[in-house]
Amino acid sequence: MSRVVTRIADSLVQTDTAPSTQTPAGPDTAQASVLEAARLALARDLRLAFRKRDQLVQPLAFYAMVTMLFPLSISPELSRLREVAPGVLWAGALLASLLALEFLFRDDAYDGTLEQYALSGQSLTWLMFAKTAAHWLLTGLPLALMAPLAGLSLGVPAAALPGIVVSVAVGSIALSLIGSIGAALTLGVKRSSALLALLTLPLSLPVLIFGARATQLAISGGPLLAPIELLAALAVLGLTLAPLAAAAAVRISLE
Amino acid sequence: MHDERLDVENLHLWRGDRHVLRGVSFSLSRGECLQVTGPNGSGKTSLLRTLSALMYPEEGRVLWRGQDVRADLAAFHGALAYLGHEPPLKGELSARENLRYWIGVRRRIGSRALEAALELVGAGAWCDRLVRTLSAGQRRRVALAGLALLMVPLWLLDEPTTNLDREGQQLVADLIAEQRARGGMVVTAVHHELPASLRDLRRLELRA
Repeated sequence: MSRVVTRIADSLVQTDTAPSTQTPAGPDTAQASVLEAARLALARDLRLAFRKRDQLVQPLAFYAMVTMLFPLSISPELSRLREVAPGVLWAGALLASLLALEFLFRDDAYDGTLEQYALSGQSLTWLMFAKTAAHWLLTGLPLALMAPLAGLSLGVPAAALPGIVVSVAVGSIALSLIGSIGAALTLGVKRSSALLALLTLPLSLPVLIFGARATQLAISGGPLLAPIELLAALAVLGLTLAPLAAAAAVRISLE
Repeated sequence: MHDERLDVENLHLWRGDRHVLRGVSFSLSRGECLQVTGPNGSGKTSLLRTLSALMYPEEGRVLWRGQDVRADLAAFHGALAYLGHEPPLKGELSARENLRYWIGVRRRIGSRALEAALELVGAGAWCDRLVRTLSAGQRRRVALAGLALLMVPLWLLDEPTTNLDREGQQLVADLIAEQRARGGMVVTAVHHELPASLRDLRRLELRA
């Protein structure tokens, strides 16, 4: 899997082979467009994640453990498991994504990458968007793909699994975006994890509520489009506002 | 681009209750290099960070081409390269990958230009090693390669010769001389004297 991702990262960085015309102090014709910049920021994060796999695996392992310990500790009775399944699936996903958030900007702040992003002349908002997208690809998407496994261990009927995957995938987009604001705001704060949770959890509650509702409806075979649409609305709201807020918070933290 | 110049007017900066910069003023035009000296804690880094508009001064302003830099931050940052204490490199990426991402975010670089820059700083032999396995001096050299690749008119360098051997220090001097020769400007904070080959540097002394 890592080789595939490396190849993706490679294809994202394809540098043009044409020799750049270098007019030092003159007008810069070779300036990278904002989309190229965002693509490179995304590719960099993906590649880094696969060089440091422990950060990648930790939230997923946490999610697997939480969702598998529950059926062991409650009862093997299917009807009771199905009753708690939505809550367990979503509380687990929320906490796992929170766990991953700490790494979102921390290393970049430490090694000066954020500073260089802020001074790149490119839109910091787009770069933050790219970083958050990478974060979702590395935690939200894998969580969504793991949800069926977790669902099965909680006795969820197979017919409900596609709905659960979709709801976790959409909901985690909103979680990543909300989290990016919290992670950016807590940059430069010592022992920031408690503060990060305090900032992020209240904002994430709508996602938890609608996500659990979608899962519940998926299990009982009800129409789950409405809660998923609400999750999507939250994701879109996050898409439009969160990168802006994160960029502003990063600039403040650099001062 | 004949009007490229940096004017700094009466900068005052407070950090908490410390008055770090007390009325710093200077201007720099094409081909000039300003060497900022002063003891530890005299505000050299703060000055560079204020010039780059990362920090907001309490008073005074920085003008680029006669215009307040805050009026068009993106344009100013597009013309500026800032190298801090630590080279902005990722330990888990090779030197070459680091440059491709770091510089690529700002400008398109062809692989030939990248090779040339790596050769220039003597990194040809080890540019595919992960940066965390490199020495501090080697990392500094990678950062210098990035500086050379950026091709921007204004350089803000914070202790560029730290951790470098004599040959590396000469490399810094050569880069600065080249930047000046093509009409660029350099503001550099230094503890150690820059190599003597750099002539007519302007000096700015900060007091603690």
